[in-house]
Amino acid sequence: MSRTCPLLTVQPSRGLVDEKFVITVKHLPPKQEVTLYSLHECENGNFWEAFGHYVSDPQGAVSGTDDASVGGTYEGIEPMGLLWSMRPVPGSKPGLRLRKKNVQTPVVVQIFVYMGHLNQGFREQVALACSPVERWYMAPGVQRVDVTDPLVRGTLFLPPGPGPFPAILDMWGIGGGLVEYRSALLASHGFVSMTLEYHSVKKVKADIHLLHFEKAFRILQEHPLVASECVALLGLSYGCYISLYMAVHSEVAKPRCCVCINGSHVKSTKTAFAPALEFFKQNMSKMHIDKENCVIWKDILLPISSDLDTKLDVRKIKCPLLFVNGLDDQSLPAAESAEDMHMMMEKAGNSHLLTVLSYPETGHLIEPPYSPHCRASILFLDSSLYMMMLWGGQSKPHADAQEQSWRKILEFLQQHLYYGKDSAPLSRL
Amino acid sequence: MSRIRPLLTVQPCRGLVDEKFQISVKYLPPKQEVTLHSLLQSEDNNYWEAFGYYVSDAKGAVKVAEDASVGGTYEGIEAMGLLWSMRPEPGSKPGLRLRKENVESPVVVQISVYKGHLSQGFRKQVALACSTVERWYMAPGVQRVDVTDPEVRGTLFLPPGPGPFPAVLDIWGGSGGLVEYRSALLASHGFASMTLEYMPYEGRKSDVNMAYFEKAFGFLQEHFLVDSKSVALLGLSFGCNVCLSMAVYSEVVQPKCCVCISGTHLYPVKSSTLSVLKELEKQTHKIHVDEKNRTIMKGILLPVPTDPNLKTEVGKIKCPLLFIIGLDDENWPVAESMEDMQKMMEEAGNSHLLTALSYPGAGHLIEIPYTPHCRTSRYISPQHGKKMTLLWGGRTKPHADAQEHSWGEIIEFLQKHLYSGMDPEPLSRM
Repeated sequence: MSRTCPLLTVQPSRGLVDEKFVITVKHLPPKQEVTLYSLHECENGNFWEAFGHYVSDPQGAVSGTDDASVGGTYEGIEPMGLLWSMRPVPGSKPGLRLRKKNVQTPVVVQIFVYMGHLNQGFREQVALACSPVERWYMAPGVQRVDVTDPLVRGTLFLPPGPGPFPAILDMWGIGGGLVEYRSALLASHGFVSMTLEYHSVKKVKADIHLLHFEKAFRILQEHPLVASECVALLGLSYGCYISLYMAVHSEVAKPRCCVCINGSHVKSTKTAFAPALEFFKQNMSKMHIDKENCVIWKDILLPISSDLDTKLDVRKIKCPLLFVNGLDDQSLPAAESAEDMHMMMEKAGNSHLLTVLSYPETGHLIEPPYSPHCRASILFLDSSLYMMMLWGGQSKPHADAQEQSWRKILEFLQQHLYYGKDSAPLSRL
Repeated sequence: MSRIRPLLTVQPCRGLVDEKFQISVKYLPPKQEVTLHSLLQSEDNNYWEAFGYYVSDAKGAVKVAEDASVGGTYEGIEAMGLLWSMRPEPGSKPGLRLRKENVESPVVVQISVYKGHLSQGFRKQVALACSTVERWYMAPGVQRVDVTDPEVRGTLFLPPGPGPFPAVLDIWGGSGGLVEYRSALLASHGFASMTLEYMPYEGRKSDVNMAYFEKAFGFLQEHFLVDSKSVALLGLSFGCNVCLSMAVYSEVVQPKCCVCISGTHLYPVKSSTLSVLKELEKQTHKIHVDEKNRTIMKGILLPVPTDPNLKTEVGKIKCPLLFIIGLDDENWPVAESMEDMQKMMEEAGNSHLLTALSYPGAGHLIEIPYTPHCRTSRYISPQHGKKMTLLWGGRTKPHADAQEHSWGEIIEFLQKHLYSGMDPEPLSRM
């Protein structure tokens, strides 16, 4: 008796990392228990997986978009669950974090269908069907350019087209190195975006100075494809501090708007900018270790004082500011900072510039949509000193926060960079 | 002071060639006249383009899927007009046909927005914005395999996964050569698909006969990833002669179902292909060349012969048959053939197996959705290298609609007949 395999389709089979896909399986037996399974081998050679338990309908079909998962790494109707609920396969090293280094190639995820409701041992089974899916940070036509200025190390991503485009200076947190994927994705949405390497574990003693960031800002402004009056700052974690510092103090770098994700205006070191190791040494006494041996940094900056010397004077901010925070952030007191900033700005009469988005049960690492939630991972402060950091958050609410906040961030950036103050488009043809 | 340009987005930016996309422009001034333009450079270095005229709304937006084009190479609300209405740039060589040879790379299309309603000189203007779109025949994971069996020449495309898959033997027409893109796309839809090279040409001494096609079918059936009971035949133009002949006359080939596009049941291929072509050559006096020097072939098979030896006995077909024709086909007498076939099958009592789809305004080359309509093209006959301009027929808009609709029907037909629902079985027997 002939028996063809079931038909598994994923559409689009090549998408941007923030695009939704639709997974369907057809030609299964009716009312059949199956497991939808995803597997990804990352650049470090670790394997990540997720799975959902489904039952086919009377026609033998399963729809990842319309049907509920009844078990696995996610439950309920979750079209993107096979991505955001991924975690390292059993037996992996602890403290892993999934980050794409080479953004010029896609993330390749294998989607499988297995008979029955399985929870383990997937790779020893023969699947009923499988299909690879590509997820891209770079849209076709986006260009990647190394920034080789002696003061500024980074990478520039340019959208296709004649421009001029609005631009974003994209800054990550401590211990980051050069992280390209968010800038690559921003360029895929029509922004010139430059990501900076200002913190390298190899150059821990290097001086960081406002000059570096002002130079980076100017490089962007003066780029032939950039509209010089439409440059924004975007920061995560310590990158927020840098963005706020520039918005408050810089005479040269005047951002059109600012996006801060899980940051604080509270000063954490004696000098304006300090390498990670310095930060750690100055604040060691205020760190906590939880019962799983994870380090919590949040209390370092608490309580927030009313003394203006201990924080950036956000009353001086003149541009719109979007502040995204996770209420379970264990690394920085982002929610408390948001509240304090709002209080300061209200007294000064510029709080209309501030928009705060707070997400419950969401941790520190708010990344592009559908990236796996990272609750704790190993952070290197220099090449030999590392610790297991607790970032916080619960998978499902954190995944929702990533999806919703990214959409709001893009809307905010488009609103302020493509439109003028009178809400008329800036394009003069 | 520099000014921001509008934002042009195409989603998905990487799609299969038969997937729809959404093009939108934002942050234009309101009520601004703009031209949306598409450009691609073919593998033989010709430029193809299409364009539509739009006016932005009060918010400065244009959405191609919702707004009507008021001029250009297409009009009305046409989400995919920038692809299917493409034609060679002015000044190109006449008689071009757009066909992808290397299916392992995408078709790359530049979409641009220009200020105003332009009809030419696009490449000399600076666009307001552009976006690059990739269109793929091969989905990720689809494998391309050269078929190096000494007796069968072709290319096999395999979907990703453990199989077993249903399969399609994909047979093109009189232009000959090895055409891969349709099989590549079928594999992207879950079918193991093999495209055959079979047309005799000058320099190839050996003829191709029914045994060749039977070997090809057997090769596919016996492939370890193929479910041997779920193999179909798909043919275009002369390829239909082959498919119908196999379905009726072969004692070894039993297709699960058959798809015929722009074909006839006349002149069966019972033994040798060359002998059929030679028979057709005897009728060349019936070929008509019009006042524009275009060759209209269809007279060659008309009137429908009464001699039963010149018709495939379609009354003996045992499998479901999907028969697709364009009513403006100038190359083969498809409408007349279809009528005769229906009569034969009704008399034989197997007409319930036939699904006939006829498309008014469509020509002979019913191809993949959103690929440009080809009404005429330069043609070199494979047998003697004779050059001519063939009139294939069809008008652009109805032909594009026919390509889109018929492809959907083909995929559905193949899935229905080739994908068996799985029996509910205990886990241990899987």
